[in-house]
Amino acid sequence: MNAPVSAATLSSTAFAGNALELRGVTKTFGALAALTDVTLTVRPGERRAVLGSNGAGKTTLFNCVTGDFLPTSGAIRLFGEDVTRFPAHERIRRGLRRTYQISLLFAGLTVTENVYLACRGVSRGRFSLLRPGRSDVLMARARELIEAVHMADARDTKVSELSYGQQRQLEIALALAGAPRLILFDEPAAGLSPAERADLVAILTGLPSHIGFIIIEHDMDVALRVAETVSMMHNGRIFKEGTPREIESDAEVQELYLGGGHG
Amino acid sequence: MAVVVQASSVERRPAWYGRVPSAWWVIAVVALLMPAVTNDFILFQVFGWALILGMIALSLQFLAGYGGMVSLLQMTVAGIGGYGVAILGTSGVAAISLHLPWWIYIPVAIAIASLFGTLVGALAVRTEGIYTIMITLAIASAFFYFARQNYVIFNGYSGFNLVVPPHLFGVDWRQPMPFYYLALACAVLSYLAVRYVARSPFGLALQGVRDNPRRMAALGFNVTAHRIFAYTFASVIAAVGGILLVWQNAQISPGTAGIPAAIDILVIAVVGGIARPIGPFVGALIYVLLRAFTPDVLTAFGMSGERFKLLIGIGFLVIVYFSPDGVLGLWDRWRASRNSRVDPLTGGER
Repeated sequence: MNAPVSAATLSSTAFAGNALELRGVTKTFGALAALTDVTLTVRPGERRAVLGSNGAGKTTLFNCVTGDFLPTSGAIRLFGEDVTRFPAHERIRRGLRRTYQISLLFAGLTVTENVYLACRGVSRGRFSLLRPGRSDVLMARARELIEAVHMADARDTKVSELSYGQQRQLEIALALAGAPRLILFDEPAAGLSPAERADLVAILTGLPSHIGFIIIEHDMDVALRVAETVSMMHNGRIFKEGTPREIESDAEVQELYLGGGHG
Repeated sequence: MAVVVQASSVERRPAWYGRVPSAWWVIAVVALLMPAVTNDFILFQVFGWALILGMIALSLQFLAGYGGMVSLLQMTVAGIGGYGVAILGTSGVAAISLHLPWWIYIPVAIAIASLFGTLVGALAVRTEGIYTIMITLAIASAFFYFARQNYVIFNGYSGFNLVVPPHLFGVDWRQPMPFYYLALACAVLSYLAVRYVARSPFGLALQGVRDNPRRMAALGFNVTAHRIFAYTFASVIAAVGGILLVWQNAQISPGTAGIPAAIDILVIAVVGGIARPIGPFVGALIYVLLRAFTPDVLTAFGMSGERFKLLIGIGFLVIVYFSPDGVLGLWDRWRASRNSRVDPLTGGER
């Protein structure tokens, strides 16, 4: 777990403003409003959970932040820079990362090749026709990341042959490549066993403090343990923000999402 | 940290020649000694042609197998490379050809063909699947008609004749044996280049784009730029193949890059298999053998020798029916079934 910490701090910058700012972001698909006037601010290093029922707009929110979708209206600022119209790869190169709810990996490539690609994506030489040599810095970095997510044994395995839990771990390794400053985790615990969940919580809480993240998670035990702040979403709007404790004890939230007698 | 990681992976790999499977050594020796055992027709018309068609189909294999982009443009890129050599170099049409020295016209012809491939690629990568096929087919047929109607540059219907390779190092490269070795060297270099690049950062990224473009963007890759560069790389190989093709025929006309020729390249790549770069060469050898010998077989059975296309078509249907991934797929399944008969404990035959 130490490897990504030390390497990542090398490039950590003392950034004074907010990591992420959304101002009045609206996203409509035809007549359907997936997001309505969402305003959200995330400080550098902040860990935030976004909770809400299915269809509340959580994943659409992520897609707007990463640039998979362009918002219908509103503005998105990333580390002080207006990225509303930037393509996805330009936002990633500025320190944004994400994982996907359903693993989006490269099934035909090995674990090492997947992580190597992630490292290469945020470095120079993306078009290099020369194979990585023995002393390749990024290849060494890829090996460290694989060890950090406890996958050293599966290093040369093709992704199509990995178990579901291993694929989820690999998703996280990809998100840690380079020098991430803000990571969006989309239901990282979905489908994991209780032991794997404990592992996930350890990985998330063990991230270096300058890396902030936003996590969408239905498992409250995971979400409320790793987050400092919580945003509640419903019908494409953020209707409540607070600490995990406040949210847990909020009567309205309990009624809507926590099934009343939770905890 | 890097040092620690290095130390754990120090186990020595055998030298490169130890890692090449013995079957490849056999193929290499056979390929090199071929001129000693065959006649000029086999050398020039069968193997020379198969190697050239294999190279052009290899450029399609790179785009389709690693990039997931099926392009019908590769024969057109090859044709432009061939026309480039005829126009910039020396041909029987003295009024058009510029008679430049070989060390100018060869690289410039490759550069022009690659630029063309890149520009069309930039258009084609905006589409996916069947639409990529349609747009490249449209441009291929547009080039065919343009070359046929343009007499100022392309000399229209008749094209260029007497286009031969330069006499270098005192060798006439159009003689069967030198030409065979020239084609063999170009084909082997292209094959090795594709194999090497497939595991380079660019090649891995291209396969990532094929598997999952959205995720590649979310890793910081410019997906469109990678797809376009794949067209550039493939175009270089196709252009070299096109130049060799013109030299072999000693002529080029619009039909060289016509729609039937473009489809032949697709058939060759699919019959051989697009999963690995050896597939196109296997497909090209089958295609050329069918073309060279079916007319004789057909006439022996009292049919018109012109019907060889029918046999090629039936062969294509049979292979695709039994093995959608081509001859390579058949080979892989045969190997797998043979290996499964080996006892897992002793390694001996059961």
